[in-house]
Amino acid sequence: MVRDEITVGLAEILEEVAGVNPDDVAEEKSFTEDLDVDSLSMVEVVVAAEEKFGVKIPDDEVQNLKTVGDAVSYIARANA
Amino acid sequence: MTTGSKILSVGHYQPPQVLTNDDLAQIVDTSDEWIRDRVGIVTRRVADNETVADMAAAAAGKALAGSGLTAADIDLVVVATCSSVDRCPNVATRVAARLGIRSPAAYDINTACSGFSYGLATVDHAMRAGAARNAIVVGAEKLTDFTDWTDRSTCVLFGDGAGAAVLTATAAGELPGIGPVLWGSEPDKGDAIVIEGWRPYIQQAGQTVFRWATFALPDLARRACAAAGIEPSELAAFVPHQANLRIIEPLARKLGAPNAVVARDIVESGNTSAASVPMALSKLVERREVPAGAPVLLFAFGGGLTYAGQVVRCP
Repeated sequence: MVRDEITVGLAEILEEVAGVNPDDVAEEKSFTEDLDVDSLSMVEVVVAAEEKFGVKIPDDEVQNLKTVGDAVSYIARANA
Repeated sequence: MTTGSKILSVGHYQPPQVLTNDDLAQIVDTSDEWIRDRVGIVTRRVADNETVADMAAAAAGKALAGSGLTAADIDLVVVATCSSVDRCPNVATRVAARLGIRSPAAYDINTACSGFSYGLATVDHAMRAGAARNAIVVGAEKLTDFTDWTDRSTCVLFGDGAGAAVLTATAAGELPGIGPVLWGSEPDKGDAIVIEGWRPYIQQAGQTVFRWATFALPDLARRACAAAGIEPSELAAFVPHQANLRIIEPLARKLGAPNAVVARDIVESGNTSAASVPMALSKLVERREVPAGAPVLLFAFGGGLTYAGQVVRCP
């Protein structure tokens, strides 16, 4: 799965879970600073992403996912 | 022969002192907006000199007064709490002494926030076994004794209070009012909520608990309905543990109970652990929001991580 596809998938999740405009979602954006996703919404995003991409993202890993790009990289690696 | 048990009456007690989000913003770096956004709490009550036993007895007394029974009828007292400072005597015997209940079986149980549903279950089981006829079950907590007022991630969450129910054994042919319990725990996540050690404080891995609560509980809550032979759509009310409005609302939505009044006492009372379910139920009954006899799903969860839920008939 290429990075762009993962980003589009994450944008869909972010819109559904946290009401984020998909046009605002890009790899360099920070979840908390730029997209206003708080820590609890981030948990919901992660669980939705696990389902959508068929990967496991443990609790300890969530805090390392600062930007959309971090999440894309993690999912791409886990999918490889 | 007893076929089960039912709730005759409920009651609750909260200490008079109200702590607002603005009050908390004076002592830690937080704000009304942050607390409302993250957990939905607006106020909580704080006990000053009152103990867990004082609050438990006050709630139990109210429930007993509304039950049509007297202290002499009660042969079992169960108190769910994780925050009683005194180790002995237990809270249940202190409640019995305060209410003039002369010789009841009396025990405390500690399953943290899920305690009231565990208490209802053990009392229902005792009645089915013929070991008790009339009982009082209390959930009572003074979590502010264990609150770290310098930790902004936890000190905004908790409050004090107590809720109680009077139960009686149902007669042959009578519809049981307490459905089968769906209970269990996830011990490998036990470290997510702790009040441990000597002179302890409550510590919580909020995201771990939130993840578990939001994604494991809907299925468990549905199974508690199924155990009682009830469809979620038939529920007149849903009273989950009052931990976070952002757990309560998605849980209610995923449960699929569009006709149910959903308890949201957390807004006024904060998280009161084992007291939250009986207090919220008592307030719904007091405000006549649920018809007598209607099915209500109680579902409690928390430290351990333990959970228990059952469908009850509203008193």
